[in-house]
Amino acid sequence: MKLQALLAAAAAIALGATGAAAQGGPVKIGVLNDMSSLYADIGGKGSLEAAKMAAEDAGPVLGQPVQVVSADHQNKPDVGSNIAGQWYDQDGVDVITDVPTSSVALAVNEVARDKKKLALFIGPATSDLTGPKCNAYAASWVYDTYALAHVTGGAVVKSGGDTWFFITADYAFGHALERDTAAVVTESGGKVLGTVNVPLNNPDFSSFLLQAQASKAKIIGLANAGGDTINSIKQGAEFGIVEGGQKFAGLLIFTTDVHSLGLKTAQGLQLTAPFYHDMNDETRAFSKRFEERVGRPPTFTQAGVYSAMHHYLGAIKAIGTKEPLKVMDRMRATPINDFMTKNGKLREDGRVMRDMYLFEVKKPSESKGEWDLLKLLQTVPGDQAFRPIDKGDCPLVKKG
Amino acid sequence: VLDWLPHIAMPSMQQLFGQLTVGLINGAFYAMLSLGLAVIFGMLNIINFAHGAQYMLGAFCAWLALTYLGIGYWPALIAAPLVVAAAGMALERVFLRHVYRLDHLYGLLLTFGLALIIEGVFRNYYGSSGQPYSIPPELTGAHNLGFMFLPNYRAWVIGASLAVCFGTWYLIERTRLGAYLRAATENPTLVQAFGINVPRMVTLTYGFGAALAALAGVMAAPIYQVSPLMGSNIIVIVFAVVVIGGMGSILGAVASGFVLGIIEGLTKVFWPEASNTVIFVVMAIVLLVKPAGFFGRTV
Repeated sequence: MKLQALLAAAAAIALGATGAAAQGGPVKIGVLNDMSSLYADIGGKGSLEAAKMAAEDAGPVLGQPVQVVSADHQNKPDVGSNIAGQWYDQDGVDVITDVPTSSVALAVNEVARDKKKLALFIGPATSDLTGPKCNAYAASWVYDTYALAHVTGGAVVKSGGDTWFFITADYAFGHALERDTAAVVTESGGKVLGTVNVPLNNPDFSSFLLQAQASKAKIIGLANAGGDTINSIKQGAEFGIVEGGQKFAGLLIFTTDVHSLGLKTAQGLQLTAPFYHDMNDETRAFSKRFEERVGRPPTFTQAGVYSAMHHYLGAIKAIGTKEPLKVMDRMRATPINDFMTKNGKLREDGRVMRDMYLFEVKKPSESKGEWDLLKLLQTVPGDQAFRPIDKGDCPLVKKG
Repeated sequence: VLDWLPHIAMPSMQQLFGQLTVGLINGAFYAMLSLGLAVIFGMLNIINFAHGAQYMLGAFCAWLALTYLGIGYWPALIAAPLVVAAAGMALERVFLRHVYRLDHLYGLLLTFGLALIIEGVFRNYYGSSGQPYSIPPELTGAHNLGFMFLPNYRAWVIGASLAVCFGTWYLIERTRLGAYLRAATENPTLVQAFGINVPRMVTLTYGFGAALAALAGVMAAPIYQVSPLMGSNIIVIVFAVVVIGGMGSILGAVASGFVLGIIEGLTKVFWPEASNTVIFVVMAIVLLVKPAGFFGRTV
């Protein structure tokens, strides 16, 4: 009797152990972004909510509900990589997502490579993540500086804007965006007349605007984001940039930025994005659900967090394991389809190929509501918007 | 090889004048904000870290008044400082008066904590991207000064700021009320013995300091975004300005505000990457050479 009980207990323990080994605990998503500073409206709590929506929609994965945790990286690479290390090592986080601010993303990218865990980037724009810094454990889901430069930059040069002055955010993202856009400008026969590197989160741009004015360039390219872009355009209006015959090209503009500027100031600006909440019935349906939880429609990065997590959890369900490389293989093998993605494809270098859209900010008279901001000018297929796979110097891509 | 060196582009004389003017405009904001800090420190011995939050509150009051009540810029210029002053005086009565006799650090921590709470609440409700606020119609447009295109609104900011700074200096250094205030700072018991209600005067002074911050906030609203973070972005710089001018010195706060605005403006031309650090470099040098600041009383 005693022996029987002992055997039963041993069997139970053995069963439990193998069960745990097969499952390895619940799938855990870590949303790492700027929760409190200049990029908080672009991702922030909205991205966390989008990840939770994807987790709820997926239901139980590997037999357990998906867990979602979040943290604020404060736009500091050291803070970001510390959190990432702790999450992967001690907290059982399987995938880190969002990570706006390219400098932080480049740091987290290295942590993911070292720890052999996944990072699906939504917020960061630098094309280096799928170029020289590419990593088998990472993907860049919605956009990058190359695509922004080619779609917006290309359209501006084509319509006669052939001399440029750059106002650039002085960190990885700004430099990448300026580099990629300057390449488009010179390739198309235009000229870059000057550039000024501005510290991140700078409140007053008047000095830089005067320098841009003095350059006499036709186009003032804004290689910055969020509050920096808003302040550049708002103060540009004060200093008569547009009246003086110069034009702004905002290379990365979010719907929240347009909303902040107001249509009166922002009208006519062209911008590139992979998603806008009011494009079709599917985007409107998702945006309505999102707005009920967050209070405003999603930005393209918030929508992108859902898209990435949806595809990721779908892959785990299909193959029955969350082993990182196997999940990545499955994600590469299956086309990405959701409310914002039609037959998207995750490439070997981590780039998700998807359609990009060129929008124009509406005139106040064209807008029917607070968030009725953009009209579609052009759809650019992924293979025209993104860098060809052999041009990025990604070591994962076999030459020849 | 020499990529790390700042690329120095020589601007023309005309551009230089433009940049000096722009520096002066930023200096006007630094001056107005550091003025309030100096008044509060000089009279109450409180290092008011909530000053940035009060500046933000001023801008938000203007925005809320316009959005929900249809009250425009000019009435807001009066009303917002009054509202923020009232809130400031309540804060002084409820919290601050308990820490006057303690080390400076307690006042600093208390006001810092309050600032974080106020900003957090506003960020929660209004997000981080900021709200649009237009330049009042009377002040739109600009004048071509030959060397630069000066927006009318910015010209107004310089003028108004100079007037406010001079008025405050005159009030405290040249009037009877100011004399009472200064006396109360030196020896509150004695001044009270003359029949002057010192606690009330202290409360009013704090309210005045907060009102100055709010006034700067309303004036900043059409230039920057009305954002919950606008205060924390500028307050650190303003503290450096106060330290350089000399803690508690009104003249020092105003003069160093304008001078540092210009220094920062020039840095934006010659070495833009360093423009957000230059003020702290100046502060470090001043602390080494003249620890009490340029106009500070040596203790």
